[in-house]
Amino acid sequence: MSSRIKEHPILGEPQKGKLVTFTYDGKELQGYEGEPIAAALKAAGVMVHRYTKKEHKPRGIFCAIGRCTDCVMVVDGKPNVRTCMTPLAEGMKVQTQYGVSDQPFDKQ
Amino acid sequence: MKRYDLIIVGAGPAGLSAAIEAAKRGLKVVVFDENEKPGGQLFKQIHKFFGSKEHKAKVRGFVIGEQLLQEAADAGVKVVLNATVVGMYLDKEIVVRIGEEVHHYKGDSIIIATGASENMVTFEGWNLPGVIGAGAAQTMMNLHGVKPGEKILMLGSGNVGLVVSFQLMQCGCDVVALVDAAPRVGGYGVHAAKVARTGVPFYLSHTIVKAEGEDHVTGVTIAEVDEHFQFIPGTEKHFDVDTICLAVGLSPMSQLLKMAGCEMEDNPKRGGQVPICDEYGETSIKGIFVAGDVSGIEEASSAMIEGRIAGIAAAHHLGFIDDEELKLKTAQQEAALEGLRQGMFAPKNRGKLVEKTEEGIDVSMNLLKKGYIADDEIERYPGVTHKVGIHPVMECSQNIPCNPCQDACPKHCIKIGENITSLPVVNPESDCIGCGMCVASCSGQAIFLVDETYEPGFATVTLPYEFLPLPEVGEKGDGLGRNGQKVCEAEVVSVKTSKAFDHTNLLTIKVPADMAMKARFYRRA
Amino acid sequence: MHEINDRSRDIGPFVPGPDDDMIICRCEEVTKGEIRKAVHDGMYTLTEIRRYLRTGMGLCQGQTCAKLVKGIVARELGVSPAELEPATSRAPMRPIEMRVFAAEAKEDGEDEE
Repeated sequence: MSSRIKEHPILGEPQKGKLVTFTYDGKELQGYEGEPIAAALKAAGVMVHRYTKKEHKPRGIFCAIGRCTDCVMVVDGKPNVRTCMTPLAEGMKVQTQYGVSDQPFDKQ
Repeated sequence: MKRYDLIIVGAGPAGLSAAIEAAKRGLKVVVFDENEKPGGQLFKQIHKFFGSKEHKAKVRGFVIGEQLLQEAADAGVKVVLNATVVGMYLDKEIVVRIGEEVHHYKGDSIIIATGASENMVTFEGWNLPGVIGAGAAQTMMNLHGVKPGEKILMLGSGNVGLVVSFQLMQCGCDVVALVDAAPRVGGYGVHAAKVARTGVPFYLSHTIVKAEGEDHVTGVTIAEVDEHFQFIPGTEKHFDVDTICLAVGLSPMSQLLKMAGCEMEDNPKRGGQVPICDEYGETSIKGIFVAGDVSGIEEASSAMIEGRIAGIAAAHHLGFIDDEELKLKTAQQEAALEGLRQGMFAPKNRGKLVEKTEEGIDVSMNLLKKGYIADDEIERYPGVTHKVGIHPVMECSQNIPCNPCQDACPKHCIKIGENITSLPVVNPESDCIGCGMCVASCSGQAIFLVDETYEPGFATVTLPYEFLPLPEVGEKGDGLGRNGQKVCEAEVVSVKTSKAFDHTNLLTIKVPADMAMKARFYRRA
Repeated sequence: MHEINDRSRDIGPFVPGPDDDMIICRCEEVTKGEIRKAVHDGMYTLTEIRRYLRTGMGLCQGQTCAKLVKGIVARELGVSPAELEPATSRAPMRPIEMRVFAAEAKEDGEDEE
């Protein structure tokens, strides 16, 4: 049950790049090259991008245009990467961000 | 430091339009945009725009975007993408992040066209994944081809909330309710009506109590509010949803102007903090101009015109054109802009309850409270008439600046006249040939073709249909009323698709004769 | 404006509200109650609130919460939000690593084309 739109009454079939493989918390997922990481995660059913520093609350996509910075994750080891603005590439390592770390709070 | 005649920040409708006008007049122009692609929000706008021909009415937003990009390319405009302007300082210096470096540029003139950001509201659980802005929904579905959710509740009945609700349904999402704390629908009645007739319930004077869920949204509770926007106990309603979409207005993104020292004001009619500027968009700092939503929230159509005016004015500021050309060229644009600022939804009427149309007809209160015109209200509008044989029924009940329908009809059955906001009138002398051009041309999807005497005991209704899968001729389903409730059985007798209709398919359903003026949508069985 | 900032003006006591624990600033996780209390601690301007609580000082630089904070402070002071001076706008307007912010492009000073 993917949330990818196969055919749209106005836009037709979405134009996508080539299918690439990336990892999300170690799990292999697929998405289209060049689409925002957030779109690939959404299509794969991932809702939680990070847990906040103070209250450890889950956050995900909110504005999707790079303004709110709520969708940040650890990408290729770099924290605070806006996944809604960052194009997906083959072999990317995407990790849930805990505070500003890729390590869950109990391991920090 | 690199120097340009004109630096434009933002490659949306306003910025690109400004760049085109300036480049045409010989200015050395650069446009910076932080996004990967130009066009701003235009490429997320898949509905047909309102206005008249000069405003590109009945053309879909993303098509206007493509046209604008082509025009910019033809004019030799240089657009630098993935270029984030992080600061603007004295003497028109800007700092731009491009890649892993920052660049400093100086403009002899600057046009800020940064657009707007979304307003938010707070409620318990508003931080949960699954609560998203309406802009996020549009971005996900219309740019990236991913559904924002499966079952969605929309908060906000302004044009954004209404348009995005419709778009959500077009991409296959289920919109379970449209909610607004205000007592009346904020956006165009025609946008509300096309959502309501598909069966989406409207809850005005309601707002969200809480978003439910542990790690992401699994439900939502709304409740009615009193005139002080306080919850009325006992009015709570629960919906199982996975997504809550917020469309509660926009604010000008004007921080750069404030940073540069432009005089600012807080103007609620313009949506918040805006620079004080003259009719050309020039701020208190000579040579710094603004255009589009950053100078006051309006539509993309007006942003494009404001952009052109600012571009011409910047050319004048630098001496590329004389006073006469400035006056002449901007006068045409001003007139076009004035056209868009007419009618019930004009900036000057913001927040006002308009109870009568310009024609003196009572506005449908049901439309304002429930999103659709009641059966007993519909006959009062001049576009709604009866006649033997096929004829147009125009359920256009509010004065908005829009007139493509009058040019669409090859037989001149429809008249709006000089005043672009007038309600369309049926010309009784002309004979409708049932071509459906008017149905497809109506950006508000408010025109139907009705044949009240199709067969003994049966009538046909031709309606605009922009969903998939397309029904097939011969299939039977439900005829829905304006309120989205089933009113009768309906049989599809014709499905017309044509390039001229631009993806608005014309669906003709056969319904019992007494449903000719009631059935307005078709639901597959 | 100076009347709003008159700290001797009595704005009444802090009255706890049922939604005081609601997060307003999503980045820095500042609650409505904290913002309301800050006003009673004497922070009457948005710039002061920012410095005191870090509202709008996180990654997004107040893109989401600026208007919300303004509304809460205005209500606490009993004035209209439009009367409150917005917080100072400062670069960088978008999140940027210090490494990048300090990396001046080399070709600067050259005229293009």
